[in-house]
Amino acid sequence: MGKRKGVESSIALADSAAMCRIEAISAYPITPQTHIVEHLSEWVNDGHLEAEFVPVESEHSAISAAMGMSAVGARTFTATSSQGLALMHEILFIVPAMRLPIVMAVANRSLSGPISIWNDHSDIMAERDIGWVQIFAENGQECFDLIPACFRISEDKRVHLPSILNFDGFVVSHMIEPIEYWTQEQFDAYLPPYDPQIKLDVRKPSAMGVVGIPEIYYEARRMQQEVLMQSTPVVLEAFAELEKTVGRKYNLVETYKADDADVLLFIVGSLAETAMTAVDNLRAQGKKVGLVRPRLWRPFPTQELLAAFGNVPVVGVCDRAMAFGMEHHPMAQEIRTLFYDAPNRPQICEFMIGLGGRDVTIGDMENILNRLLDVKNGAPVGPVDYVGVRK
Amino acid sequence: MIEQYNVYAAKLLPPEELFAPGHKACQGCAPALALRYLLKALGPNTIIANATGCMEIISSAYPDISWGVPWIHVAFENAAAVASGIESGIKILQRKGKLAPGKINVVAIGGDGGTFDIGLQALSGMLERGHNALYLCYDNEAYMNTGIQRSSGTPYGASTTTSPAGKAVPGQKTIKKDLLEIGAAHGIAYAATACTSYPFDFMDKVKKAFSYDGAKLIHILAPCPTGWRTNPGEVIKHGRLAVHTGIFPLYEVDHGRYKMSLDLPFLKPIKSYLSVQGRYRHLSEAQIAVIETNLKARYEKLQALCRITAEV
Repeated sequence: MGKRKGVESSIALADSAAMCRIEAISAYPITPQTHIVEHLSEWVNDGHLEAEFVPVESEHSAISAAMGMSAVGARTFTATSSQGLALMHEILFIVPAMRLPIVMAVANRSLSGPISIWNDHSDIMAERDIGWVQIFAENGQECFDLIPACFRISEDKRVHLPSILNFDGFVVSHMIEPIEYWTQEQFDAYLPPYDPQIKLDVRKPSAMGVVGIPEIYYEARRMQQEVLMQSTPVVLEAFAELEKTVGRKYNLVETYKADDADVLLFIVGSLAETAMTAVDNLRAQGKKVGLVRPRLWRPFPTQELLAAFGNVPVVGVCDRAMAFGMEHHPMAQEIRTLFYDAPNRPQICEFMIGLGGRDVTIGDMENILNRLLDVKNGAPVGPVDYVGVRK
Repeated sequence: MIEQYNVYAAKLLPPEELFAPGHKACQGCAPALALRYLLKALGPNTIIANATGCMEIISSAYPDISWGVPWIHVAFENAAAVASGIESGIKILQRKGKLAPGKINVVAIGGDGGTFDIGLQALSGMLERGHNALYLCYDNEAYMNTGIQRSSGTPYGASTTTSPAGKAVPGQKTIKKDLLEIGAAHGIAYAATACTSYPFDFMDKVKKAFSYDGAKLIHILAPCPTGWRTNPGEVIKHGRLAVHTGIFPLYEVDHGRYKMSLDLPFLKPIKSYLSVQGRYRHLSEAQIAVIETNLKARYEKLQALCRITAEV
């Protein structure tokens, strides 16, 4: 067991990145990401971390500068939220195309408008298809543990793609939790020094970001898809090695009391912890309810999710972002797609929860789970339930 | 003057071509000359971050790459940010002993659209933070890559596809943005204008820029016969006319000290420059008078700055 200390998740995440011996950081402040980059600048300015910290003039430049850093072979980290992630959008697609293993922490936050600094998943749902490995952390300990996992996955020769670690803004980022720190030796054993497969090197000139004429572009995009889809075993290895290092087991898909459940709720991020309490309360009443939550989001863990859901007849899906103009929101679309080819399609109930930091209570979660049981007992599925919205 | 040393000095240049011929530029493309001269001045220990634009497109259609030095292109507006990252990455890797010590010249390259307009913020960031890198703006005075649309580097009066010479509005309505003054206002070590018609002046400025630590900016006028509607065989002559008429003065700002690069005894009439270009064919006498007034005022201001800053 490592040392456990009470620390804010953002500080722990920054400490974890520093202990990964990151070499270059580019960052632009945005709430609620700020504590991460502030703390990293302290690491650098106090002389505890040999790294270049570049305080750029926008998120667009943050990710662009990070590409330059990574392209010369430096282990590179950045972090953002919300509008910052949206401002990076153009460049986010180019990072995996150049196979640069940048790791980015995203403290998930709503998007304007109206402007809101509070938590939901609007920012990351808009960046679903950018071609990065994407992982969701549920609490501070997961943030701490999964940063080295992200570097390990990204820098693996079989992957060589960037990673995003998502976690809920404020609810996780600003929460003080007891977090078990790894020792520096554990970090060093888990994460070998970065050995770039391609880099800008004056002794061996190469060109990166060249024009893709029609005879080339299609194949390049296809290859990128294959590499990302085939990275799952590397993620599994990284999680297995993490368990060997610190004893905590991480799966691609986590379940809670799912084995004998009559209905299952699919939920992403920190609200899964609220949902767990609701599950416990309903279980105490003899109701067989359970949870499924993805840790890995891209590449999408299709087989693991199907295994987790099993033959359950009713599935609830919680969304925390809008897909405007479509009555199935992003996560619901994904889960519906997941089951399309399945032999036994469950009934799927959709719930919108916690937009723009709207509180979601244990009672709300109990209502959602009870609703799933009603559907199992013959109630109609109905349209998307906008939980807690004022009419 | 240029006529005299042109004959001999070319032999002093390294014969190695780090910007290879066979690229896809138009006939008479002066920006391509700027790249060739840049790498003759800097040699192989150079890394380029190229903004989207003509020079990126014509030099990097895989598998035909013209670059003999490491080269990266990410997007349009961010060459200065990418170069900032490259410079920072090199710095830390050398400090940690992961990269052999020694000077590596980091250069960001963008056209006038990629610099004056969409890339101005990233450029300001790179200059303000003082990255040890050169920003080279090759200015052909419009978005040539997308089909000759006006930029804020397009001069007053010029006809482009988005500032056409119409009956109501005869060409570009605005005065060319003063990029070098914006750059110099960051208090950088070195800022200079150059022109592809004066290759030795340009190469000297590139070398001088890299003799200083910190951020530096070179703004090179590079005529585009396609966009200017000029004879591709006369781009060198047209560049010289831009300098000799005073519409594009060659000068440097070395640690705040202004210095004219050429000692011109008099300015040639501006009509000699305007009349050879299709983009100015529609100009009225009144418009030409505006151009002349503006260029003289600016030229005199520069001369005054040279006098004033020589004493500080």
